[in-house]
Amino acid sequence: MTSVLAIDNLSVSFATPDGDVEAVTDVSLSVEAGECLGLVGESGSGKSQTFMAAMGLLAENGTANGHISLDGLDLLSADEKKLNTVRGERIAMIFQDPMTSLTPHMKIGRQLSEVLIEHQGVDKETGRRRALEMLDRVHIPEAERRLDMYPHELSGGLRQRVMIAIALMCEPEVIIADEPTTALDVTVQAQILDLLMEVKANLGAAIVLITHDLGVVAGLADRVAVMYAGRIVEQGSVADTFASPVHPYTQGLLDCTPSLDVETEALETISGQPPNLQSLPTGCSFHPRCPHVFDRCQTERPLLERTPSGQSKACFYNGAEAG
Amino acid sequence: MSDPLLQVRGLKVHFPVRTGGVFVGQHTPLKAVDGVSFDLNQGETLGVVGESGCGKSTLGRAVLQLIGATDGVVSWLGTDLTSLNKKELIAARENLQIVFQDPLASLDPRMTAGDIIAEPLRNYRPSLTKGDRRKMAEEMMERVGLLPRMINRYPHEFSGGQCQRIGIARAMILRPKLVICDEPVSALDVSIQAQVVNLLMDLQRDFGLALLFISHDLAIVRHISHRVLVLYLGKVMELADKSALYATPRHPYTQALLSAVPIPDPMKERNKDRILLTGDLPSPLSPPSGCVFRTRCPRATSICAETVPGLESAGEGHEVACHHWRD
Repeated sequence: MTSVLAIDNLSVSFATPDGDVEAVTDVSLSVEAGECLGLVGESGSGKSQTFMAAMGLLAENGTANGHISLDGLDLLSADEKKLNTVRGERIAMIFQDPMTSLTPHMKIGRQLSEVLIEHQGVDKETGRRRALEMLDRVHIPEAERRLDMYPHELSGGLRQRVMIAIALMCEPEVIIADEPTTALDVTVQAQILDLLMEVKANLGAAIVLITHDLGVVAGLADRVAVMYAGRIVEQGSVADTFASPVHPYTQGLLDCTPSLDVETEALETISGQPPNLQSLPTGCSFHPRCPHVFDRCQTERPLLERTPSGQSKACFYNGAEAG
Repeated sequence: MSDPLLQVRGLKVHFPVRTGGVFVGQHTPLKAVDGVSFDLNQGETLGVVGESGCGKSTLGRAVLQLIGATDGVVSWLGTDLTSLNKKELIAARENLQIVFQDPLASLDPRMTAGDIIAEPLRNYRPSLTKGDRRKMAEEMMERVGLLPRMINRYPHEFSGGQCQRIGIARAMILRPKLVICDEPVSALDVSIQAQVVNLLMDLQRDFGLALLFISHDLAIVRHISHRVLVLYLGKVMELADKSALYATPRHPYTQALLSAVPIPDPMKERNKDRILLTGDLPSPLSPPSGCVFRTRCPRATSICAETVPGLESAGEGHEVACHHWRD
């Protein structure tokens, strides 16, 4: 199958008073229709900025270089007018915080129908009817009444359902969900994950799931990419990555995530602190925290390469000490 | 066994909230904590779990009397903290410290790490010289995994995990008997969470510290706690030893909570049985009649709407508030 969204050698940097900071470096990723790609990393790893660049939503001081192709259309070189015909229609985003991403003074019904009125030129009545259908589809109870409510009148879980409904209005080819459940309580998170699974099964869209929660990825994603300090350090199928991670950082993340299914005495840790993007370590960015570090890691940067098992990793270590 | 350090009995914290119109408004009590009782022993960790708005943070603050209790007893080493005047309370707090959720916001940005960590000494050990305080702050920094040479730096120069270590050092410098940890690792990245949890467990072992560990993260609570208290809308749903609570949860809410936590293992996560709760947390201003959980409970019957279930014993040290826990 061909990929719907393909990112090729993307770099994103931000101009700051202290000089340029590169948040994303040489990232290449792709998603196919009907597939869910999980993008995992800690804060500052560049996972959100990668897709903010795809949506043309970088902050004013940000610049993106490389190629991002949506079915042949290069999103990075597209102008604002062109982007506006694509965003919401063919590629949609679900944000982390449903309170601040919905317009506070606009009724739910209008926020939903606006998408259709803007992109498909439907009349208000049709827009409202389709909005109602969509609220039903994302299982919002008393949908009719909710159409005339404002975001603050809804709970966090319902707001997130509204966000998902807005994203689905035009049945986009690509849905980017940026930490869609992080702001929610665990019982509500379970409901929203269920809904996303349903969307994935029924819609055939490509879904990019950006999260720091490995449990969420384990439940929803088909493939997973792990980012560290702006680069992808590991990529592979979900089954392979969780069963036998090939990068020491992924291994460390899995080890230090406490789980309800196993009991451990002391939690494994990844020593040290996350890197400062303004003064990244030489060689491999992970080397100061890596348990398998050897000389080469400090001077040379490992490239993302395929392993015999079909996974990809950016690491010199191959199981034997001193590589 | 010796007497518990802390005995909380029937603790209630109600906030008056204005509801209704501007002119016809009335005050309705918001029952943030509504009749909570538990004991905490020396060297023990009690985990307090629940979703947002369940009253877990209010509970922690009420134990310290940072928020006054509406009713009930908070007995610390036999003294009821709710009956003390301000001066006596300040004296008692020498042994009761707290670590907050947001590591950066809970540190004064204009004080150096050393001053922050040594501040409790200035208040409680006025006879110490500046040099003594500095030395003790340096020792404590070393103990919590900070480089003592960073003593003159300001909070913004530290990462989130380091700021939380400063918060822990400040809480530990007086060698308290109890530290209340209010979501101490929620704002931290996973790789840093594990470091801070291990540090708290080390400190507990070395100093015989009791911890009241408040968190929404059931996996971390299981890791650090000896016993666990489950709260829902200000009421205790279940209280049990860690092993009993996680292996044989009796309350439908606890069961649903546990089944909702994603497991970082694709095979297990995709094949586990999940109890999906319908709806959201009800407004604490108008909690459901009878059992507060009944509106989302898969097992609710008519009795649940009529009678508030009391805490019943479901085994040694295992208490559950549900009409149907035996079903």
